[in-house]
Amino acid sequence: MLRATLKSLLSRKVRLLLSGLAVLLGVMFVSGAFVLTDTLSRSFDSLFATAFSGVDVQVSGASPVVAEGDRQAEPPVVPADLVDRIKAVPGVGDATGVVQADGARIVGRNGKVVTTFGAPRFGRNWTGTSGLVELRSGQGPSHDDEIAINAGLAATTGYHVGDRVGVLTLQPKRTFTIVGIFGYSGGRDSLGGEQTIAFTTPAAQRLMLGEPDVYSEIDVTAAPGVRDTVLRDRLAAALGSGYDVKTGAQLAAQQSQNFRDNLKFFNYVLLGFAGVALFVGVFLIFNTFSIIVAQRTRELALLRALGASRRQMIGSVLVEAIVIGLIASVLGLAAGVGVGALLAYVFGHTGGANLHLAGIGVPAAAVISAFAVGVGITLIAAFLPALRASRVAPVAAMREAATWDRPLTRITAAGGGVTVVGVGLLVLGLSGRAHGSTLPAILAGVLLAFLGIALLTPIISRPVVGVLGRLFARSVPGQLGRRNSARNPRRTAITAAALMVGIALITGVSVILSSATASITRIANQQVKAELVVAGDNAGPRMATFDKAALDAMPTLPGVREVAGFFVDAGLVDGKRTTLEAVNDPAAMRDIFSLSATGGSLDRLAPGQALVDEKTATDQGLHVGSTVRVQTARGDARDYTISGVYAKSDLLRGWILPGSAAAGFRVAQPTQALIRVQPGASVPQVQSRVDALLADSPEVTVSSRADFVKQQTSRFDVVLTMIQILLALAILIAVLGIVNTLALSVIERTRELGVLRAVGLRRGQVMRMVTVEAVVIAVFGALLGVVVGVGLGAAVVRALRDQGFTDLALPWGQMGGYLVLAAIIGVVAAVLPAIRAARVNVLAAIAYE
Amino acid sequence: MTATGSGAATRAVDVWKVYGTGEAQVAALRGVSVELARGAFTAIMGPSGSGKSTLMHCLAGLDSVTKGEVYVGDTLITGLSDRRLTDLRRDQVGFIFQQFNLLPTLTAEENILLPLAIAGRKPDRTWFDTVIDTIGLRDRLGHRPSQLSGGQQQRVACARAMVSRPEVIFADEPTGNLDSRSGAEVLGFLRRSVREFGQTIVMVTHDPNAASYADRVLFLADGRVVGELVDPSPESVLETMKRLDAMSAVS
Repeated sequence: MLRATLKSLLSRKVRLLLSGLAVLLGVMFVSGAFVLTDTLSRSFDSLFATAFSGVDVQVSGASPVVAEGDRQAEPPVVPADLVDRIKAVPGVGDATGVVQADGARIVGRNGKVVTTFGAPRFGRNWTGTSGLVELRSGQGPSHDDEIAINAGLAATTGYHVGDRVGVLTLQPKRTFTIVGIFGYSGGRDSLGGEQTIAFTTPAAQRLMLGEPDVYSEIDVTAAPGVRDTVLRDRLAAALGSGYDVKTGAQLAAQQSQNFRDNLKFFNYVLLGFAGVALFVGVFLIFNTFSIIVAQRTRELALLRALGASRRQMIGSVLVEAIVIGLIASVLGLAAGVGVGALLAYVFGHTGGANLHLAGIGVPAAAVISAFAVGVGITLIAAFLPALRASRVAPVAAMREAATWDRPLTRITAAGGGVTVVGVGLLVLGLSGRAHGSTLPAILAGVLLAFLGIALLTPIISRPVVGVLGRLFARSVPGQLGRRNSARNPRRTAITAAALMVGIALITGVSVILSSATASITRIANQQVKAELVVAGDNAGPRMATFDKAALDAMPTLPGVREVAGFFVDAGLVDGKRTTLEAVNDPAAMRDIFSLSATGGSLDRLAPGQALVDEKTATDQGLHVGSTVRVQTARGDARDYTISGVYAKSDLLRGWILPGSAAAGFRVAQPTQALIRVQPGASVPQVQSRVDALLADSPEVTVSSRADFVKQQTSRFDVVLTMIQILLALAILIAVLGIVNTLALSVIERTRELGVLRAVGLRRGQVMRMVTVEAVVIAVFGALLGVVVGVGLGAAVVRALRDQGFTDLALPWGQMGGYLVLAAIIGVVAAVLPAIRAARVNVLAAIAYE
Repeated sequence: MTATGSGAATRAVDVWKVYGTGEAQVAALRGVSVELARGAFTAIMGPSGSGKSTLMHCLAGLDSVTKGEVYVGDTLITGLSDRRLTDLRRDQVGFIFQQFNLLPTLTAEENILLPLAIAGRKPDRTWFDTVIDTIGLRDRLGHRPSQLSGGQQQRVACARAMVSRPEVIFADEPTGNLDSRSGAEVLGFLRRSVREFGQTIVMVTHDPNAASYADRVLFLADGRVVGELVDPSPESVLETMKRLDAMSAVS
């Protein structure tokens, strides 16, 4: 029996190639994700081990505001005299005060601030060369207007020793002379893409920390023979509470762990998309096995007639599935290692990032998941066809193999049931009533909805394919192709359903994003009474800021009516972490955001007064006159009295402090300003005046409200593109499915093709016939996908109505684009099967046995 | 050309068909020259491997010849491109197969009109009605092939071959898959279309009874024409076959 199975497998290798390819691609995605994240994890381990190689123990301030493990948070500074206290502790070899903080931004040759892709832009004090830091050229800075930059930054900007460059820090742009370029041990130009600007210690303290005679941390080396952990404990005991004392190894592990956590999330995202691809693959494999079982009905019946048991029949199909799954898993794993390595390389070298990659490894998770997924998926998909094979009656061997349709009642009923359950779960998840399991409910809901709709597709396909076909079928080949696509509703439906999944997800995301764009645009146009917006790109964790002096000058410009400028930071309110905003002019903010007070007044904020939104006030049992304790990133906690409560707004929520409170923020510079122009004044003129004020604030630009909204919403395009790229694989697999179905159909209809050729159908007409069939299937799938996607997107948008999704906007252009894309996909998918069909040997096809 | 192509619907002139090369060479046709008259019902008979099907395929433009010339009507089809051959089959040749070979997605009427539809020609309604009435399937026109019996399917196939009024219809064992009653119906119908409408039909068969419906029977053996019978009866066909068998056994 096994030998018979393997022989039949070999004889159909071409037919199985495509389903194998689908599994292979899915496995490649899964194992590639594991290899990528594993390689990056180990690369970051090695990176931070290097970064902390010269540090045995590090002492820093214990943070009052931030929680442990918060990457963006910076611990408070430590006094400079702590260095001497540490040096006095027995076992300390040396102690160096270090200033290091994110937010030193160099202005490039083009006048724009040089950005990184998320990597920090450190400003630090020059502490000389060490085991880690090596001077490549020039020297360290010795005057306050001199800096040294790391070689990675020098390469990105093209700056050399002697260049005079602008640098933004806590303070607005200052000009410095580059006196040195340094790198790191092991030939590294940058530690994972970071940019570092080294100032003299006093300059670094003033510019990066905002106060003299303080350090961010103190690096300690142990005296010979003293173990790091011993020294750590000794220091912790000697310095008392208020300080964090950690070994270099601890810090390296902690930093690396942060990255690992981010990578884990990234890995989940990749695996999610791999899951979609595999889900689509199931349709393809299922279809292949179904068609093959149908085509082999006589052969299977003969085996049954010869005495093979049902179990042997099931086994025979499943063994075939296992063999395909195994081969595809092995190849997919190999391809995944390659793809993972390639992506890791791309990752490590994108945008000047220069991550030294650890060797490519194949983690056990990659191998296990490759085989579990590859073989598992194939088996699941092949199970039903196997069952069907076992039900072939022995007498079928004697009959002409007719694979006529069975009624669609059962499949339709099942599909209806599954769809209802799926939609129910989806609604439950989106309504937020699935306590604690919102995401699983939504995912299961979407999955079941897809399955259910796939089961319903055969019944939907009849009328829809009929209508669609008429669009393409004016000529005889077109009509024949249309009929062929309608002749086996199950096969057509499953092929189309595979395409539906990818298109539905893309459409759903498109609907959500276009609704977000429409909502934002509407809110901005209806509720924001400012004509001009000053803001920057918030790439990376640090907000773009501009000179506070410019904000102070704006209201005095001719033509400006009022200006609301905002400062933003995280802080604690009554011990709870939250976002704090400070505003220079509450009345302007009230006017521009059309805020209304439900209590107190929004007209002014004296020092020590705060505004809060209605909901926060209600939730926390606060009202006008209540006092809260606010701890900002710098300075001591202080009490604020609520002087006004504002009604719910789409634009603003949370705590608003007076502008003076921004002095306690990490960056005491404004991030955004909204400008209301005098009636009758020329907006472009005011814009150019504001622009002139911002000459030394290259991180921000002033733009009209409409342009600003466009900039903000254009980010969604990036998100959409990313998702489209990630879903491309699922769509590719669906295309393979169309190719597969057509190829198998062509084989099945060889005789018919021969007859058509004999009675006078030209080769070109045969190809057109196959192409119309493919296009009808593809457009049907895309149409279903667009409809289902709109449903999904609309459900999400509706569920998020309270989060500011006021509008449901359908992206008609994109939806039309997906349909056109599907038609093109159909044409492309038809190429090989069409050629094959056109090459059918007429004589061989019509000859009788 | 017109001078030579007077009354023949299709002609083969010294046609050779050789498969394979060298040692493995097999000649299916060895210099066959036949002329099949317009408006006649010709049967081609011969044992398996005699080359009768090959001859028919070559005459119908389905297969190329190794040497010699084939004419359909006045057209020399030897060496025509695939496209010209396809169009020739569409416009001037009709086919009836042993396996019926109707398209399962099309109704009986659509199957019948298929060659005209492919050519983009409008059917001649009176001729269509005549054909339908002759095969007697007017009430089955809307049925799919799977809803018709074998005999009915073959009659639809006959109508398909006739509806475009081709120069010649080739029938390949048209009764091979039918019981004797259905077979007789189909053969009777073919003979009527020759007698009443002047259709030219070439039928390949190995059934003496079927051959007896023809006006003329050509006997093939080993790729050569070895005998001919005009106005055959089942008995005379059988007799000729026996005689030819005996001759080949001797040689």
